Amino acid sequence: MAVDLHKFANPARFLRITSAIFPWAAIVTVLLLAVGLYLALFASPEDYQQGATVRIMFVHVPAAWMAMSIYVMMAISSATGLIWKHPVADLSAKAAAPIGACFTFLALVTGSLWGQPMWGTFWVWDARLTSMLILFFLYLGYMAIWGSFDDQSKAGKAAAILVLIGAINVPIIKFSVDWWNTLHQPASVATMDGPKIHSSILTPLLVMGLAYTSLFLTIFIIRVKAEILGRRLRILRLAHVED
Amino acid sequence: MTRKRRRLYIVLSGMAVLAVAASLVLMSFEDSLVFFRSPSDLVEKPVPVGRNFRLGGLVEEGSVVKDGVEISFRVTDLVESVSVRYRGLVPDLFREGQGVVTEGQLTEDGTFVASSVLAKHDENYMPPEVAESLKAAGQWQPEDKK
Repeated sequence: MAVDLHKFANPARFLRITSAIFPWAAIVTVLLLAVGLYLALFASPEDYQQGATVRIMFVHVPAAWMAMSIYVMMAISSATGLIWKHPVADLSAKAAAPIGACFTFLALVTGSLWGQPMWGTFWVWDARLTSMLILFFLYLGYMAIWGSFDDQSKAGKAAAILVLIGAINVPIIKFSVDWWNTLHQPASVATMDGPKIHSSILTPLLVMGLAYTSLFLTIFIIRVKAEILGRRLRILRLAHVED
Repeated sequence: MTRKRRRLYIVLSGMAVLAVAASLVLMSFEDSLVFFRSPSDLVEKPVPVGRNFRLGGLVEEGSVVKDGVEISFRVTDLVESVSVRYRGLVPDLFREGQGVVTEGQLTEDGTFVASSVLAKHDENYMPPEVAESLKAAGQWQPEDKK
């Protein structure tokens, strides 16, 4: 098992595999987004209380899922980078960060647009909203650290430590609605006694979740590729200067 | 191998210490992390008259009285309840039996005078026909008591 993982950590092999996946990921993304948005915006029924405003949820909830799962993925690859010094680990966390930040931003903005008509306010400082805003700042801080070091291996190390410290925030986001009372509603999909969303509304939501995941994969492959090639370029330049 | 092992332990123990520290901090700040207090909380830990806080619960069935721009209703957690008075617009979702979070102060006579009223949405999503048939079949469950 460990040997297999090392094979994936080989940058050349990583590039070969991801290049083969890339066109499929792109096609699947376009298809899933088209189907998901059609189901979400046209084919699904209105909610008994929210009316058409429920449609914001199809954009909002999967974005929040992505915001958290991309962060978890970054934490795992940062830990792998710190402990086993795999050459692709730091770069893949670095490549994922801006995508995660965009999903977090999308979740915050769409949530706010939903909150105004439903709650009667764009923003409140309850535990869920505040911890989500902190997640957004963690993403920004992570990207800022990469930008502020000339030595990329030092930058990777510092950024990895920040991600791991910030990982404490992920369970806080998830369970904030259970541990404390909040204005934000509790979990609807991942609950002990099954989803509290009717299947006609749940299906488009899950399709959108898959579409976002595949969108992430597509952009992620492009970005990791650019990071790996960028690092090769830096090494070549350094070698050239030393000659 | 030994250095990798050591780095693994450093990361794991760092995360463990961090988790313990974070949970201690969160537990000690519990009172300020809750967004609102329920009527039962007020009975347990009374809030002095004139201090600003948020009161949350369900709008008691049959308690809403509208008089021009002034609206009064009772906020309940199905155990205790508090009378609330408010002048202004209420959100679309505001209705009897629905969750609500109000901000304001208690007065001498025990009425809560609110300066803002927010509707709280629950975790249930369904088309209107499903809601109707649930009600018709007597399967309708009122919102969580939170």
